[in-house]
Amino acid sequence: MSKLELKEDKMLEVQFVGDDDVLNHILDREGGTKLKKERAQLLVNPQKIIKKQEYGVEEGDQEVLKDQNYVKVLGQNVQESLKNGTATDGGNKVYSFQNRKYPEKMAKLASELAKTPRKNVSFSLKNDPEIKSISQSSKGHSASDKVQPKNNKNELQSTPPRSLRKRLIVPSSHSDSESEYSASNSEEDEEVAQESEKDTNASVLSQKTQAASRILVPTCRGTPSKRMRREDSSNLVEEYFEAHSSSQVLTSDRTLEKLKRAALDQQTLRNLLSKVSPSFSAELTRLNEQHEKLFHKWMLQLHLGFNIVLYGLGSKRDLLERFRTTMLQDSVHVVINGFFPGISVKSILNSITEEVLDHVGTFRSVLDQLDWIINRFKEVWDHAKQSLYNWLWYETTTYSPYTEETSYENSLLITQSGSLPLSALTHVLRSLTPNARGIFKLLMKHQLENQEDPSYPGLSFQDFYQQCREAFLVNSDLTLRAQMTEFRDHRLIRTKKGPDGVEHLLIPVDSQTLTNFLEEEEEATVTA
Amino acid sequence: MATSAVSKGCFVFKPKLKKRKISVPIEEYFNKEKNESEDSKLRFETYHLTWKQMKSETEQLQEELNKNLFNNLIEFLQKSHSGFQRNSKDWACQIKLKEIPTAALVLGVNVTDHDLIFRRLTEALQNTITPYVISLQAKDCPDMKHFLQKLISQLIDCSVDTKPKEKEDVQVTQKKTHCSMDSLSSWYMTVTQKTDQKMPSKTRTSQWQSPPVVLILKDMESFTTKVLQDFITIASQHLHEFPLILVFGIATSPIIIHRLLPHAVSSLLCIELFQSLSCKEHLTTVLDKLLLTTQFPFKISEKVLQVLTNIFLYHDFSIQNFVKGLQLSLLEHFYSQPLSVLCCSLPEAKRRINLLSVNQCENIRRLPSFRRYVEKQASEKQVALLTNDRFLKEETQSLLEDLHVYHVNYFLVLRCLHNFTSSLPRYPLGRQIRELYCTCLEKNIWDSEEYASALQLLRMLAKDELMSILQKCFQAFDSSSENQFGSTRKRIEEFLAQFQSLGADAKEEEDASGSQPKELPKTDLYHLQKSLLEMKESRRSSKKQTKFEVLREKVVNFIDSLVREYLLPPETQPLHEVVYFSAAHTLREHLNAAPRIALHTALNNPYYYLKNEALNSEEGCIPNIAPDICIAYKLHLECSRLINLVDWSEAFATVVTAAENMDANSAASEELNEIIHARFIRAVSELELLGFIKPTKRKTDHVARLTWGGC
Repeated sequence: MSKLELKEDKMLEVQFVGDDDVLNHILDREGGTKLKKERAQLLVNPQKIIKKQEYGVEEGDQEVLKDQNYVKVLGQNVQESLKNGTATDGGNKVYSFQNRKYPEKMAKLASELAKTPRKNVSFSLKNDPEIKSISQSSKGHSASDKVQPKNNKNELQSTPPRSLRKRLIVPSSHSDSESEYSASNSEEDEEVAQESEKDTNASVLSQKTQAASRILVPTCRGTPSKRMRREDSSNLVEEYFEAHSSSQVLTSDRTLEKLKRAALDQQTLRNLLSKVSPSFSAELTRLNEQHEKLFHKWMLQLHLGFNIVLYGLGSKRDLLERFRTTMLQDSVHVVINGFFPGISVKSILNSITEEVLDHVGTFRSVLDQLDWIINRFKEVWDHAKQSLYNWLWYETTTYSPYTEETSYENSLLITQSGSLPLSALTHVLRSLTPNARGIFKLLMKHQLENQEDPSYPGLSFQDFYQQCREAFLVNSDLTLRAQMTEFRDHRLIRTKKGPDGVEHLLIPVDSQTLTNFLEEEEEATVTA
Repeated sequence: MATSAVSKGCFVFKPKLKKRKISVPIEEYFNKEKNESEDSKLRFETYHLTWKQMKSETEQLQEELNKNLFNNLIEFLQKSHSGFQRNSKDWACQIKLKEIPTAALVLGVNVTDHDLIFRRLTEALQNTITPYVISLQAKDCPDMKHFLQKLISQLIDCSVDTKPKEKEDVQVTQKKTHCSMDSLSSWYMTVTQKTDQKMPSKTRTSQWQSPPVVLILKDMESFTTKVLQDFITIASQHLHEFPLILVFGIATSPIIIHRLLPHAVSSLLCIELFQSLSCKEHLTTVLDKLLLTTQFPFKISEKVLQVLTNIFLYHDFSIQNFVKGLQLSLLEHFYSQPLSVLCCSLPEAKRRINLLSVNQCENIRRLPSFRRYVEKQASEKQVALLTNDRFLKEETQSLLEDLHVYHVNYFLVLRCLHNFTSSLPRYPLGRQIRELYCTCLEKNIWDSEEYASALQLLRMLAKDELMSILQKCFQAFDSSSENQFGSTRKRIEEFLAQFQSLGADAKEEEDASGSQPKELPKTDLYHLQKSLLEMKESRRSSKKQTKFEVLREKVVNFIDSLVREYLLPPETQPLHEVVYFSAAHTLREHLNAAPRIALHTALNNPYYYLKNEALNSEEGCIPNIAPDICIAYKLHLECSRLINLVDWSEAFATVVTAAENMDANSAASEELNEIIHARFIRAVSELELLGFIKPTKRKTDHVARLTWGGC
């Protein structure tokens, strides 16, 4: 400070001082130029990542946290870890953006997968020359596939291995007339694609790769991820928006109904699956044994006020059940199946109060009940411990199928228990009187006639009665109503009150099943 | 299975009463199934003891840190309530009476720690100001009715503390009565009258004629604005008969009050702001008290410390979670390291060494750091160490003592270095001591570039800065009882004295140097540059160091020598494994798991888990014999937002048939196809359960992808 003052006293003159000189003035006192360079570098980038973040937190706006650093820091020393996945580039992959996908890709990948790993298989089974030759022949197919220009999609699909060809040709005989792939308006989509081609570098790249992969099939294996990594984040962002910009998605129009085995019910599914011998059972048991070794540790940590979360692919039910039976036999414990569809806070709390604490009575609200439980447990649990969930994460990847868990789900391909499958429909109707069957068929036909109308309310009772009378199926209002009750009991029909107060009758079965049923019925009558 | 049923999803199991025996003591679980691990019981006890001490230390710390805040708050409450107390009739007080005294407590974003603070605050207030302290959470009060109900029931709970007999009928009446502000104020009247009569016996409330009611809103941000506004308006109307004081717990910033409350309402409040200690400072003190001390023998390695601080800085800012992480590392250390039995106070450890079993001696010999130590010894000593248990034990004792001394010195010098570096521009070695500690733990700090630049900067420090730092260091060394640093302390003292005597000389020096650079003639740019360069040259050559500079150089060199002598990384110390916990990956796995990555790996690279050679393949591609779900997943990655189930199932079937080497034309193929279809269904429903896809109505037999992560 004193120095400055002195200066000001002696000369009040504005001097031009170059940046360089200022820097020298600050730094040059002892170190010389070499130091200056070092310092400058150091000032520009503090090298330790951790330090950078420290600044970021403390000086808020000065330094912005970079996602990548963040991922890096969190992902560091994963290498040491035996578990927890290949997080280092897993992170990049899991959290990267999706690039645009094209409909044929799946089939291609399938054919890829179908043949490439054959190499592996034939390695392990070298003594079997036949297999080897098959794998070679399939390679030959793929070679021809490479050369073939892809004009017709059916052709492409039929070129890969024989198994695929067969599978793909069979359904295509059903759908020869219609185009395989369609979007709701494909021309527009083309336009969008072309526009974006002009716009963004990224899209050009993806378009090109797509074009390339049309001809050179094997390139598509593994490329997406590699391409992902090469592109910097700005391109990724553009790709994401490109992928989500158009509302229509190109997929094929084929439906399951044309495949003969559309949906299976729970029972047949289980039967079928029981025939499959699980693969890698030795490895799976080894995994399970590893997890079971941790039981003691879990108990210890549970006792010390930690809670435990298990994560990873595969059902953990069996594992937990074993834990329960081996370790928890001497303590009160509650098992809550989160996948159970009817589970609620209320039911959980009720089972705790009623069964664990032997409380009889009801509570005004869930919160009251909770308070009561907390009061009851006060002596047992330390409050501080109880208010905190000290989650400890344990990875227990088991690969066990989620049998029990999925059985409650209304799964896509499994016929829902709410609506009736074809078999049940046939079964119920067979047991009815011919008149009742006729009545039901009337209703069914009417519904099928109107299936195109999305706002079809159902057949009104009066009209239905009229039709039934004309077909000599009933003689009075009452008989029809009695019949209705029977249908309703079997959940064959549903009644709905329209806005005018008139009852409308509906069969809560999709039209495809109904058509199939009618066809079957007619066949049966013809043969009879 | 006992836990599956169609009708319920919640099962209770009770132990059979007959079989009920005394439950297995926790120590039992400390054994790793086999009885091979040594001294497990002792280790568990040590763990328990250490943890108890550490916990009480943190709690005490918390208390001290909160003390200041609480005192201010209590003072405010007392002051603001005195207006009501005096019942004065002057106009200003009348106006004031319409305003509810409000303390806005800005606590920061680490919401998980707030509960503890509020609990302490409630206790403090109950002890000093009023028995009527209520705290409400937003989730309890969706509307005004619940708000009041909760308020009243808690108030009555507060008062039943004083007279437990009336509890029953009070609760009954409370359920029946209509909850309103009127009933509240009448309740307040009766209660205060009652206590007034009992006054002499009650020392707690004696200082208050009518104790105020303190209402703590724990999470102010999450309250519905309407409830808050209504309540404040109504309460201000009743303030003369129901002395309410509000305490807002705020996690974000005080502006939120004005955002939540319109002017008409906020003008009814008389707000004063209180800021709690920032959680980062809190962390620093916690670290200081728990890790940078020889009080607790347990230490953590650099990586572990980094994992813990990263979780703190990036995830929650929660001290409690940090301490929990520390607890876990402590537990893991004692659980996994058999020699951790020696991780206790030095005299105790010495005693335990004598009792070590043969196996434990072997364990010591197996420690990498110990082996390195042995290799450096003379050959006959090597033999003795490796064969003679008695000799080994004696040596271990002395080594442990060395380790202890090492730590004592380490922390002193670390603090000293931190004093020097914490004020440097740009903080080359970090602003917080924990950063410095991290670097020192990791490697030889003097090899790092940051250290070199820090020393350069130190060589430019001004005198007064240097002196204040030296003063601080001197105090640090002074306060330590160890006498190894006697000479060091003396040196610093000498330096200080020399600096002081330097005062006059330095001024003259600067006079001289200050007069130099002014004779720049007016020139053009070229000449200016030239002359500047010349000046630079001349300055460098003609540089003669002032006395101050010489002394400063000496100080810096002295510090440097201290650092090089004492701040060796712990890995260089024999037996460091006994006290250092270094399994950072286990800690991270358990505290900051990455379930999505695990899932991704399991689906993409089953070989990673299954370790079957047939599954081994290059990256980005899986063999077709992989588990069904992996194949289905891999295929679905190739689709855009919608997936046609038919295509999917066909692709799946292609892969699977290829894997099984089936001849597609064989007779049994129909059944096999059925099975494959079933497998596909299972895989799809599993993917649905895992949340990768969901059914959609946009197109028949399509599912929608839910993830847009890569491939």
